[in-house]
Amino acid sequence: MAAAHRRTFNTATLVLVPFWLVVLAAYVGTMLWTVQISFTASKLLPVNTYVGFYQYERLFSSTRWIVTMQNAVIFGVLFIGGALVLGFLLAVVLDQRVRFENTLRTIFLYPYAMSFIVTGLIWQWLMNPGLGIQKAVRGWGWTGFSFDWSVDRDMALYALVLAGLWQASGLVMALMLAGLRGVDDEIWKASRIDGIPPWRVYLFVIVPMLRPLIVTAVVLLAISVVKAYDLVVALTNGGPGIATELPAKFVMDNLFTRQNIGLATAAATVMLITVAAVLVPWIYAEYFRKARKGAAT
Amino acid sequence: MTSVVRSILAGAALSLAALPAAAEEKPRAEVMHWWTSGGESAAIKTFADAFDKAGGEWVDTATAGGENSRAATINRMVGGKPPTAAQFNTGRQFDDLVTQGLIRPIDDLADAGGWKKAMPASLVAAASRDGEMYALPINVHGQNWIFYSRDVLEKSGVAELPKTWEEMIPALTKIKEAGYIPLALGGQPWQERSLFNAILLQQGGRELYLKIYQDKDEEAVRSDGFRKVVETYGKLRDMVDPGSPGRSWNDTTALLLNDKAGIQEMGDWVKGEFTNAGQKPDQDYGCSIGLDDTMLMVGGDVFVFPKIDDPSQKKAQDLLVETMISKDAQVAFNLAKGSMPIRKDVDTSQFDVCAKKGLKLLQSEDSQVPVFDILLSASLVGSLDDVITQFWNNPSATTDDMVEGYVNAFEIEG
Repeated sequence: MAAAHRRTFNTATLVLVPFWLVVLAAYVGTMLWTVQISFTASKLLPVNTYVGFYQYERLFSSTRWIVTMQNAVIFGVLFIGGALVLGFLLAVVLDQRVRFENTLRTIFLYPYAMSFIVTGLIWQWLMNPGLGIQKAVRGWGWTGFSFDWSVDRDMALYALVLAGLWQASGLVMALMLAGLRGVDDEIWKASRIDGIPPWRVYLFVIVPMLRPLIVTAVVLLAISVVKAYDLVVALTNGGPGIATELPAKFVMDNLFTRQNIGLATAAATVMLITVAAVLVPWIYAEYFRKARKGAAT
Repeated sequence: MTSVVRSILAGAALSLAALPAAAEEKPRAEVMHWWTSGGESAAIKTFADAFDKAGGEWVDTATAGGENSRAATINRMVGGKPPTAAQFNTGRQFDDLVTQGLIRPIDDLADAGGWKKAMPASLVAAASRDGEMYALPINVHGQNWIFYSRDVLEKSGVAELPKTWEEMIPALTKIKEAGYIPLALGGQPWQERSLFNAILLQQGGRELYLKIYQDKDEEAVRSDGFRKVVETYGKLRDMVDPGSPGRSWNDTTALLLNDKAGIQEMGDWVKGEFTNAGQKPDQDYGCSIGLDDTMLMVGGDVFVFPKIDDPSQKKAQDLLVETMISKDAQVAFNLAKGSMPIRKDVDTSQFDVCAKKGLKLLQSEDSQVPVFDILLSASLVGSLDDVITQFWNNPSATTDDMVEGYVNAFEIEG
């Protein structure tokens, strides 16, 4: 019995070896390579002239990078928070067994099927003062109406958030709805008997139960914040000025137009470290500690 | 059934056998470029036709967007499968490729063809590294043109395009009061920078322009001359329409075409838009180099030829250079492209009024400066773009911010 068990274990390990190799080479390998290049003087092509932390000094003396990081924080917080709240509210509304639920669900989820490029372009048109909503409303007679976020320096970042929310809320809704449907009816019955108002049940009973789903949603949303590039390019292209620059775009610009591979990889490395610094402790707390606690009891 | 299959197989085998033979006879050149819009692809087709006529076989690899096309070229060269020729902009985009020894010097061909002397010296210098030519310049684009709508100017009571920026500001105010957009500008960093550099050259003069961009002279940046240019530039912020941010150059030109806006500063590729719309220079729209037709900012396109050992590819490269630089091909190509021929010794009678103004200035070295991406590295260009676009888009940014931004950029990226 023991021998048979060991054999299956060996076969399983053997089967997994190629996958591990691919994972190591494709993910860890490229990551290490990126970090390595960030210490070189690479411009158009990667070279092996090491310059220490020079690229990092350049990076942090660049106003644009500082603005970029601030933007990422503002965008990230508003986008993730907004999508969670909106998605949850939509899910709750649909959970009331409303009519046409299927239709509504499809409508809300539809934007997620679109690429960020399309989303960005649509919102660019909507918010363009010469083409979009502003022009239409003014045309109907409200000449004082103004909705020009994408070209307004102070509002352009919120234009990005708005477009992002429009796209991502549907996904959060779908996740949350699945979670809500999994909630045992007994809980609702019990709360009704106790006379607890539904909003309190949702907030204090259901939300804690949905915790794993919220974690999933946050991870998915956070990934799209980190890699947000296409949305920016299509909606504002970083403008007006540098008001809507985000880290991924900084990396892409330096990698391909500015012939600054060294600087781009330094920025990518800083992004990696930031993400790791935020995510690793949290994921550890969320999964591993709990798993150990679960094992102990 | 089997006979059908067999004959198809036989046919395939035959055609396979025939292919290498054909390739040996004709020099086959794969050319990578990013000319995909209407006028551009018509232009590159004149080269392709000339090459085919000269006995070669042109294989076209067009990628939309300069950045994408260059990235593809570089990837292929580094990966060891270079094309026969690839397009770059005149300037320092291919510096690293030369340093890595990936590009073939073409001095031997220049000597044999004798066309080097006929080119503007600044563009030859921009195509050379350590005195050796590594790229073939094929055209000249003037990049400090002011295009204007004659109708709009007339209706606003501006009889003539002012000759200085000091007079230009009141004129633009007049256009604004008449209900038009005074300055058509696409609010993308490179367009904002193009406008700034045009003003720098016009108001600051050739000497200041070169001191700043060629010598990276900090004192020149701090000089009153430069500050005055920045102030002029700042005043123009009130002269654009709210739809400006992010707009592409051709949508911006459309504002002139439809008589909604007064003037636009841009390169001469804008002419293609006017021509497509059936408008004629000097009648429907006006063109001026700077404001007084005295100083041309020149840039352009080049082809580089990767180092390849295969002798048949070398032959193809020789033939490519020969056809592209030939007088007939130069005329045909540049007429379609809207640019000016790189050779001074070609027949220019077919070119329009605007191009002739430019050609006149090209005759002398003193009436031209290189566009700034020829003089500066791509990363410094990018940093300066950041500085300019921040100044332009922030109405509360001061002249000092701009000056300090320039000094910092030169210190860090210089």
